[in-house]
Amino acid sequence: MELILETLGLAESAQLLSLSPPGWGANLLRGLANSLQIAFGAFGFGLLIGLFGACGKLYGGPVVRDLLAIYTTVIRAVPELVLILILYYVGTDLINKLASMMGYGRVEISGIVAGIWVLGIVQGAYSTEVLRGAIQAVPKGQIEAARAFGMPAFMTMRRVTIPAMMSFATPGLANLWLIATKDTALLAIVGFSELTLETRQAASSTRAYFTFFLAAGALYLLVTLFSGLIFGWIEKWARRGQPSLKGGR
Amino acid sequence: MKLKNILAVGLAMTAFGVGAAAADQVKIGIAAEPYPPFASLDSSGTWIGWEVEVIGAVCAAAELDCVITPVAWDGIIPSLTGQQIDAIMASMSITEDRMQTIDFSDPYYNTPAVIVADKSMDIEATPESLAGKIVGIQASTIHQAYAQEYFVNSELRVYQTQDEANQDLFAGRIDATQADSIAMADFVGSDAGGCCEIKGAVANDESILGRGVGAGVRKGDDALREALNAGVAAILADGTHAEITARYFAASIYSE
Amino acid sequence: MTLRSLMQPHRIVLMLLFTALVLWCAFSLRWDWIPKYAPLALEGLWTTIWILLVTTFLGFLLAVPLGLAQAIGPWYLSVPARTFCTIIRGTPLLLQIWLLYYGLGSLFPQFPWIRSSELWPYLRQAWPYAVLALTLSYAGYEGEVMRGAFSGVNKGQLEAAKAFGMPRFTMFRRVWLPQAIRNVLPTLGGETILQLKATPLVATITIVEIYSVSSRVRADTFIVYEPLLLLAVSYMLIAGIITLAFRRFENKVPS
Repeated sequence: MELILETLGLAESAQLLSLSPPGWGANLLRGLANSLQIAFGAFGFGLLIGLFGACGKLYGGPVVRDLLAIYTTVIRAVPELVLILILYYVGTDLINKLASMMGYGRVEISGIVAGIWVLGIVQGAYSTEVLRGAIQAVPKGQIEAARAFGMPAFMTMRRVTIPAMMSFATPGLANLWLIATKDTALLAIVGFSELTLETRQAASSTRAYFTFFLAAGALYLLVTLFSGLIFGWIEKWARRGQPSLKGGR
Repeated sequence: MKLKNILAVGLAMTAFGVGAAAADQVKIGIAAEPYPPFASLDSSGTWIGWEVEVIGAVCAAAELDCVITPVAWDGIIPSLTGQQIDAIMASMSITEDRMQTIDFSDPYYNTPAVIVADKSMDIEATPESLAGKIVGIQASTIHQAYAQEYFVNSELRVYQTQDEANQDLFAGRIDATQADSIAMADFVGSDAGGCCEIKGAVANDESILGRGVGAGVRKGDDALREALNAGVAAILADGTHAEITARYFAASIYSE
Repeated sequence: MTLRSLMQPHRIVLMLLFTALVLWCAFSLRWDWIPKYAPLALEGLWTTIWILLVTTFLGFLLAVPLGLAQAIGPWYLSVPARTFCTIIRGTPLLLQIWLLYYGLGSLFPQFPWIRSSELWPYLRQAWPYAVLALTLSYAGYEGEVMRGAFSGVNKGQLEAAKAFGMPRFTMFRRVWLPQAIRNVLPTLGGETILQLKATPLVATITIVEIYSVSSRVRADTFIVYEPLLLLAVSYMLIAGIITLAFRRFENKVPS
């Protein structure tokens, strides 16, 4: 193994990337774990916001619909970097003001939670659009039948709408998951510890910029490819019983 | 799932991330970007360096329970005023501008600002010599303020970290950079810095360059400020400061 | 959004609330820094706009062959095109920008002859790397979009062109490409706005555009919210202009 690396001229890079000190590999993997945690939390939080947002846009009153339209338009027009900064400062200020009003001391917010909060709100706007389109694609007859049976609204959503819309929503949600994992890189500019920041710190300390950035790129690519695989399975499961998409052009 | 169960789970999840801070812990903010030899990361992820050790010594002398909290350099003052951290000890110089927003402790070191350039370039640390050249500086630093004030005929490039400016100096994209003399001595002595040398210190302007590096605290947080002052005075008096300095530098970096 | 739809009671109330909010912001927040930084801000705005226009144009030029190669190309063209698009779409743009700028920069000292070459003045500046990174990124995403667009054009049209004896390039220029673009015009509008949202990232490699001007204002004056709010409003205005431009373009194109 060492012989192959030496002939390729990669011996030094392999040493820098090794998993135990003085290699920086463990740091990068720790950063990747943080990135994935934040992405997962942001995706979930965004999905929650999206569900309420989609229902609000479809079944809500005119005021709710307008407010949600403003929310989605603003988030989709302003760069994530600017949103991250604004939400981070606004969010932490609000929480501290609330805490001091209620008499508690200073509230401590970990970097991961702050990252989930800011990225989740950004994801929420896109999720709203994806889920709204997916719910609208569910055949109206199914929902009317559920209502004719006297199902309460929440049970209809839980038992009829959500399972039916999964197959329409999955491609959009897969895209959103990839956006979430790549947006975690922006948190490096705000100083949260995740893969891109770890890579920059490692690269500065060792001056091996090319090696570390390529390694980080490879890690992100692995996450993307793996996620594509998993979402392929999810889509296949969600589309079970429906006619196959193959053959149609 | 019943609605109240969902709410309970949601509240529990929020509680995980948002916890009331332990009353006694003092969060000392340092820059998340490495700044050798004052603060840098080793490969196991621990922060090492002269300033990291001084933070430990000051906190021990002042009997504070300190936690080192890395924060992005250009958001470090808002983090302090927004109460994410309690103090800044990230080689931040005491300047009039900053003192309008935060308070400072007594200085714990004071070093001049120098110009570093390639060995082959015949540059001095004066605005005339740097006219027409490309100068790189770190954002939100006294060096940026100084360069914008004095090097008006030079092209200025603003970097997020001093390390990126050093990297571009090494690559030849910029002609010179202005930064702290100690950090630059460390860079020039390293492998990548072999290309370059320190050309000299810039003319001092205390209103821009400040009067030394101190610990930043929130305005009105006199208790913490006094505690840190006591800690700094203690390590200066009992020789800890000199002992840490001797392990990193050839000469003392503290002056009255 | 017609005038009648704006005049409904709940919308009027919302607009009044919005005006009240704007007035409150104008009077109670600090805006005294604007006169001092206005020239720099306009410079930054111009930089943002020209980077956006140049990279979307060049990126689109690159995306057309990428999409075509994936739609009908032989395997030795479609596989590299697909690999390129996968890599660009699978890695964060910030990493791509830093890899191009700092990664390539770290290789320069190993080749001393670079400094005396013709390209050196351009290699020293930051904008070529920014333009390259953003162009490649746009091309990577648009390559996928154009692949779908080229595949989606009605085959009958292409067969008719071939029956007329049109040379292949003329058929591409007159039938295939215009119809493909017409199909994906709405998507292209959305992607251009996404490219606008990607431009602030080049501030990390020393390009002075509006995000870095806002950072400089925040660093000089320690004001936190007002520069960010003004920055957000500027981006929304630019995004609005882009949306209107594409909508007008879509109306002009017959479909």
